Amino acid sequence: MTGSNDRLLEVNDLTVHFHTDRGVVQALDRVQLFVDRGEVVGLIGESGSGKTTATRSVLRILPPSARIAGGRIRFDGRNLLTMSEKELNATVRGRGISLVPQDPFNSLNPVFTVGTQVRDILKWKGGRGPSGSIEMERALDMLREVQIPSPWEQLKRYPHQFSGGQRQRLMIAMALLPRPGLVIADECTTALDVTVEAQILALLRGLVREMNVSVLFITHDLGVASQICRRIVVMYAGQDMEDAPSERLFERPGHPYTRELLESLPTPGGDIRDIPGEVPSLLRPPEGCRFHPRCPSASADCRRKRPEKVEIEPGHWVRCFHPVESQP
Amino acid sequence: MNRSLLIYACKRVVYAVPTILGLLVLVFVISRVIPADPAALVAGEMATPQQVEALRKQYRFDEPLPVQLVLYLKRLAKGDMGKSLYSGRKVFDDLVDRFPATLELTLVSMVLSILIGVPLGILAALKRNSVLDHLLRGVTVAGLAIASFWLGIMLQLFFSMWLGITPLGGRIGMSVDPPASITGMYILDALLTLNGRALWSAAVHMILPSLTLAFASFATITRFTRSGVLDVVQQDFITYERAMGLPPRLVIYKYLLRNAIIATVTQIGLLFGLLLAGTVVIETVFDWPGLGLYAFNAIVLSDYQAILGVTLLAGIAYVTVNLLVDIALSLIDPRKAET
Amino acid sequence: MKGFRLAWKKFTRDRLAFTGFVIIFVLLLAALFAPVLAPYPEDTFQIHPADRLQPPSAEHLLGTDSMGRDILSRLLFGTRVTLVIAVIAVGVSLLIGVPLGLVAGYFENLFSEGIMRVADIFLSIPQVILAIFLAQSFRPSIRSVILALSITYWPWFTRIVYAETRALKKRAFLEATEAVGAGSLRTIVLHVLPNVSSSIIVRSSIGMGFTILTAATLGFLGVGAQPPTPEWGVTIAESRQFLPDAWWYATFPGLAIFIVVMGFNMLGDGLRDILDPRIRRGFD
Repeated sequence: MTGSNDRLLEVNDLTVHFHTDRGVVQALDRVQLFVDRGEVVGLIGESGSGKTTATRSVLRILPPSARIAGGRIRFDGRNLLTMSEKELNATVRGRGISLVPQDPFNSLNPVFTVGTQVRDILKWKGGRGPSGSIEMERALDMLREVQIPSPWEQLKRYPHQFSGGQRQRLMIAMALLPRPGLVIADECTTALDVTVEAQILALLRGLVREMNVSVLFITHDLGVASQICRRIVVMYAGQDMEDAPSERLFERPGHPYTRELLESLPTPGGDIRDIPGEVPSLLRPPEGCRFHPRCPSASADCRRKRPEKVEIEPGHWVRCFHPVESQP
Repeated sequence: MNRSLLIYACKRVVYAVPTILGLLVLVFVISRVIPADPAALVAGEMATPQQVEALRKQYRFDEPLPVQLVLYLKRLAKGDMGKSLYSGRKVFDDLVDRFPATLELTLVSMVLSILIGVPLGILAALKRNSVLDHLLRGVTVAGLAIASFWLGIMLQLFFSMWLGITPLGGRIGMSVDPPASITGMYILDALLTLNGRALWSAAVHMILPSLTLAFASFATITRFTRSGVLDVVQQDFITYERAMGLPPRLVIYKYLLRNAIIATVTQIGLLFGLLLAGTVVIETVFDWPGLGLYAFNAIVLSDYQAILGVTLLAGIAYVTVNLLVDIALSLIDPRKAET
Repeated sequence: MKGFRLAWKKFTRDRLAFTGFVIIFVLLLAALFAPVLAPYPEDTFQIHPADRLQPPSAEHLLGTDSMGRDILSRLLFGTRVTLVIAVIAVGVSLLIGVPLGLVAGYFENLFSEGIMRVADIFLSIPQVILAIFLAQSFRPSIRSVILALSITYWPWFTRIVYAETRALKKRAFLEATEAVGAGSLRTIVLHVLPNVSSSIIVRSSIGMGFTILTAATLGFLGVGAQPPTPEWGVTIAESRQFLPDAWWYATFPGLAIFIVVMGFNMLGDGLRDILDPRIRRGFD
């Protein structure tokens, strides 16, 4: 296990509720998660599993209906949940942690040129040179870095004049400009088609290595995660189920849910198998382990209490009373 | 201004031409088809049969409609809109003389409703469901239900007749000479000629008419700004800008506002029509010597040519303003120029 | 039926819509029973010079006018004038505007383009001004006001129905470029009309309020109803020369207009929330 000095982001027992007309949605239930310096971690789960809520909690940009009901979030040794808005804006958002958003089509402001938006990021997020001037040169370099041709011309254009792939390149450039410690990439390739997705992944992988920045990579796609992440955290219905190095997770998943998930992937043979049962409503989530109604190895314990995380092997944690037997 | 914008502006102008032409034809058809005897209507109620016949000849009301239409368009092209029974002058000259007074009133009302409506709409949206929000909702719903002539009379009753703090009507005090005419708009002319006395008097006379006229458009602007802001707040790019820690002021007043204001600006063109129509009533109530009062006098005296002239001018002004608004909109929203 | 009951339940829970509904219901009652409710029903036309310009009192709750007529009684009879004008004008606008909107939206050809251009031209003159011009061409009367309002209001229905129909087609359960014929007529009536009906209902309610306001304006300007018709706008115009002393004369008719228009607007806004297709799908 890595030393705690390398911990960049640490989320502990995070519980988040949404107060809606129909009741309280228990979106996150005591979730644990960490990212070390220089590490690329995947956060995987189906839609509604709480991935986006988790990252929005980290950046404290949850919608007004959400309440953080418990837990701690530490970034670079500092408690994010007690930090003032002002301090968050000054030191965390877009500085320590920056974001590559989910949907490149709607994440750039449609009525301002890309140049205006890049310039504001530079101006407010530490892109000033020694003389205090805004380092437009660096922005241009960064745009070349993400393979946007003739960047100076591009800055005068509006978002709708770019393709989806180009926009996502822009978003990546804007995320990296402030030299952040951590980049949260929230389903950043989902809206793109497959070839563009592959290009963006390759670009991101290269840049991350080059700049030695940590990434929390959120996706519902195990295949995509395996291409870029060193370690993967699996979420289901607001609980973190498993946390393991990528290869190990694919070879020997410890949690029944992860195993079902892997088996449901389309195989070269062409078989697709769904996990039996339905994703539970988080208005009234199952007691104990939230996967138990669909779990083949569920026992009485699973219905009563939530399992603790067990380290079944160094660096491989499973939140389950009955981890899948390791097959040597 | 870039090329696509220029192309859009040209396209929009070209599109407005058939609308204006259609408007002229519509007014023509109404004036020739609906009245039992157009010549008698034009001649007025006091005319003798000989006078009616003379007019019939002069305007060639006996000719088939298409021929009349061509003649009518030809006359319009020369600025000939006939003679006003009430002033005895050419309708065109009357309209030109009275246009600045109405333009001034309309502009002041528009500016007032924007200056008050936009900030209040933003505030209501940012403090959603607050006391202020509910209060504003009440006021804006009322603003669309109040008859403006009644509101004007009530304000007159209270402020002018009972409290005596505002003039009852008119553009400027009886004892004050109007400022030297440059634009024909008193407030502007008084400013340009540094005429303090006229400025004060003109401004005081402007208060009640402009507030009355502005009320309905203020209500609309507040509503649309509020819903515009609420709509944009939920957009992904605002979430992104907040997540990137850009200062809240920058996000609201720069990034959010320009998007939210699109809905408001779209309304301004429509509101101009509302204001223009409103001037007929407001100028009547406040004895404001513009086109609206001219129209009212024309109604009272059955001065048909004058009403026709006002209708045409209002239509053309309205189409023109909407054209300008559309072009302004494409400056705010670059996507518009490309559709 | 179940859908209707659910809608009704939702409707009564929506304070805005329900208040509007109550106001309109009271207005209907007032119009219907004006002869019974009015303290001096004969005052619609009869004059009593001796009682002129009496302030509100137990005898004349809202005072009397310059001819000594009871203002409350005239207001109550005025509801009839107002409702007749608004109902016919909105009805005629519906009859013209909705079919044109459906046709223009359903077909995509020169004809539908033409309909929309004509609608645009009608909308290119501010409504009150066009209505004044029309009413003046017809010679001022209540009939002229009704005609003028119908002729100026139909394009709003056409525009809305057109937009909704086009949106509906885009949602792609209609494959509609067939030739004009019985088949397409059937589709329009059976499939398109029901789907755009909620917008039409909402627009009608708001249109009623708008039309009442415009009718009163025309009355006030003298192009509409003529004295001694107890029309509210006309009454306010008459009252002007007796201000500031006879404040009640101008005040109450204006309040009546305000309350009634407010009622229709509130009902329209409330119906919009209730009939929103996204919500409606729940109990369809």
